[in-house]
Amino acid sequence: MAAAQDTPLPSSPGQALAGWIAVLIASAFFVGFWQALGPVGAGGSLRWSWDWVPSLGISLSFFVDGLSLTFALLISGIGALVMLYSTKYLAGHKHFARFFVYLTLFMMAMLGLVLSDNLLSLFVFWELTSITSYLLIGFTHTSPESRRSALQALLVTGGGGLALLAGIILIGWVAGTYELSEIRAQGDMIREHGLYLTILVLFLLGAFTKSAQIPFHFWLPNAMAAPTPVSAYLHSATMVKAGIYLMARMHPTLAETDVWLWTLTIAGTSTAVFASFMAVKQTDLKQILAYTTLMALGTLTLFLAADTGYAITAAMTFLIVHSLYKAALFMIAGIIDHSTGTREIDRLGGLAKAMPITTAAAALAALSMAGFPPFLGFIGKELKYYGALAVQSEPLLVAGAVLLANALMLVAAGLVAFRPFWRGTYATPTVPHEAPWQLLAGPVILAILGALFGINSDLIATPLIKPGVDAISGGELIPADLKLWAGVNLPLILSAVTITLGIALLMVHRRMRAFLDAMETRLPSFDRGWDRFLDGTKAFAVWQTRVLQSGDMRQYLYVIFATLLVAVGGTLIWTGAFQGIPEMPGLQVKHWVVVLLIIAGTALTTITNSRITAIAGLGAVGIGVALIFIIYGAPDVAITQLLVETLVVVLFAVAALRLPVMKPEDGFPNRKLDALFATAIGLVVAAILITVTTGPINRRLTDYFEASSWIDAYGRNIVNVILVDFRAMDTFGEIAVVAVAGIAAWAILKGPKEDAK
Amino acid sequence: MRSVILTAGARLLVALLLVFSVFMLLRGHNVPGGGFIGGLIGAVGFVVYAIACGTAEAREALRAPPEKIAMVGLGIALFSGFMAFVMGEAPFTGQWLFIGATETEKGLPLSSVLVFDVGVYLVVMGAILALVFALEEEV
Repeated sequence: MAAAQDTPLPSSPGQALAGWIAVLIASAFFVGFWQALGPVGAGGSLRWSWDWVPSLGISLSFFVDGLSLTFALLISGIGALVMLYSTKYLAGHKHFARFFVYLTLFMMAMLGLVLSDNLLSLFVFWELTSITSYLLIGFTHTSPESRRSALQALLVTGGGGLALLAGIILIGWVAGTYELSEIRAQGDMIREHGLYLTILVLFLLGAFTKSAQIPFHFWLPNAMAAPTPVSAYLHSATMVKAGIYLMARMHPTLAETDVWLWTLTIAGTSTAVFASFMAVKQTDLKQILAYTTLMALGTLTLFLAADTGYAITAAMTFLIVHSLYKAALFMIAGIIDHSTGTREIDRLGGLAKAMPITTAAAALAALSMAGFPPFLGFIGKELKYYGALAVQSEPLLVAGAVLLANALMLVAAGLVAFRPFWRGTYATPTVPHEAPWQLLAGPVILAILGALFGINSDLIATPLIKPGVDAISGGELIPADLKLWAGVNLPLILSAVTITLGIALLMVHRRMRAFLDAMETRLPSFDRGWDRFLDGTKAFAVWQTRVLQSGDMRQYLYVIFATLLVAVGGTLIWTGAFQGIPEMPGLQVKHWVVVLLIIAGTALTTITNSRITAIAGLGAVGIGVALIFIIYGAPDVAITQLLVETLVVVLFAVAALRLPVMKPEDGFPNRKLDALFATAIGLVVAAILITVTTGPINRRLTDYFEASSWIDAYGRNIVNVILVDFRAMDTFGEIAVVAVAGIAAWAILKGPKEDAK
Repeated sequence: MRSVILTAGARLLVALLLVFSVFMLLRGHNVPGGGFIGGLIGAVGFVVYAIACGTAEAREALRAPPEKIAMVGLGIALFSGFMAFVMGEAPFTGQWLFIGATETEKGLPLSSVLVFDVGVYLVVMGAILALVFALEEEV
């Protein structure tokens, strides 16, 4: 890991403080959520709500039930351990404090996500996790590989986020509320609704991209470019499970249909099997772990597909099992990297002597991962077989896939946690040594918990898993019991088969790896596909920019006016709104004079070959328009028009000095086309104005402003009162645009010159 | 190209235009005028000055860089919006103070709305002058 090998700077006390503050914040959250265990375990739930944007129905409401509490405890608990780990892992790093800011921000966002009861605030937190993940993957921002991975993760999860937002808006529209607790009660109605399929697809796009299901999985292994604590925290234990959380959370609302069942089954199964083969093929510790995380996400998706007590209990249990052992193993991978300078399994071996505590923690975590009794992983595996045999889709296929994946998991566990510590001794870049306590605390605690919960599963069954299953199923399913010994039955036999098969595969691992390597070269690579997709998008952008934004002023005007003609003129014809020119009996001589002035100005501008004459012609047109404003009693507008007209002439005169002299002999090749465009635009605009002014005018606003301008706003000039009081917010936006435009023009004119000096 | 007549005239004209622009700004709430128009008139004043005496002198007369004036104006407008916030109302709600008001007399009205209009005035003047000065110096 580059971060660890950077020459450490002497760490200042301020830096260390940043780390410890982060650890404290996470621990405080953990203790806080611990308090909720009692009420939630008793079948209750907690809810807080504040209005956030009441006009849009967005509230900041938080909801704690079994599902969110399980997530919250994992996020804050593992968060505290990972942060403690990072205080040492990144000690002396140049951006030490920044790292903890990102990590704490991420933790808050993730907690907000799992606790939100409002779908829109959930979405805000969802996006925040994507953004903090982007910052953390790209933490080593000097490496192009990190930057690429960060951007890839951001684009994939961000794209899914957009789909999710669309889904949320649709579901809010269908259900009439964004509050999850109210939407949950309307599951039947939503499943019957015509938009159900659209909503489901949009939600699943969000969940699948976030939780890296095939075909969106490729960003997760690349995200390993992040520092190891980040991989342990975001990309295995928490953030990637946000998609799983979403599917679990929406289970009462969207599940129980065939589409849900089959989509999740297929995505989950293929992800799990594909990922477990990929995992045993890797040689980098972190890559192995990344692919086993993919396998876990696939398995969780697979069990959320089903609608039986066993499957959901299996999902809840495996969620906890996986977070415990995976965070531990990632941290151990970091320790190994820290201590030996390499993560290549082929270059590691015999570390047990130098690192006894790490070895023990790795062994405990790996045994849980491999599913040996009496670890929680064993119970999880048993439940998976119960669940797989009970699914409504294809029990045999699902059970077979789970068996294969679990056996390969055992291989991966062996590769990560046994080979580096036992088999032989290799020379590593640095001499291995035991890690300090801050690094060891996380893996040791998590590994011991994995064993403890296995031996006494009641510790988590009653307070977390049962309420969690209730939350996912909407209270309709009976949670299965967590048992170490349930007698000799099919799941136990499958467990035995798994372990035998796993050990056998571990024996022939090298040959299997060679075979898989050969296979992979024949398969299309999603990662390269992504590059091609990005290249294609960029090529398209370049092409359309060249066409639409040629840099030639005339071209721009053609494009703008052609769009206007087609859009507005087309609409006028299509809707038949233009009813012809009405009678205008009120026209007097003064009106005709103004009209003649404008026509004369226009004619002069179009036929002259001198710029100054053209400007003067335009000025005449502007004065004519100002006169119209005066005639119709809008002095404010008239004054503004005159002033702007004056300034435009000044600006034009100044700018004209820089333009090349117009020579009549150059000719104007496009004059006919220009005339055609100008005439067409003029006609369309005139038609719009006539249509607007002949239609009935709604005077409601005018009456309101006339009535309340003096009473409410103490002003008699309605135009100004609207500008500065009734619509002050809009005016603020407008003057902001004016200021930005002025400064942008100033910067363009001034910038390069200043640089040259 | 310096014309003595233009230079001499411009000095008078600029003073008049500036006074007039402030007059327009202040009266805007009840009769035609306001920050936008005031700002435009103020800008025209300085543009005339710049044409007559050169941008260097006009910049000196303005004292502050125009782009900064625009930013300060934007800040003032935003600040006036926040006044309502402090009073517990929605942002940009007008806040009024009638100094020396009695039963019959309204007193001197002061308002956050006027502050807002001053902001508009400064933004319009600053932005236009930033553009015009830069353009003229470019030539």
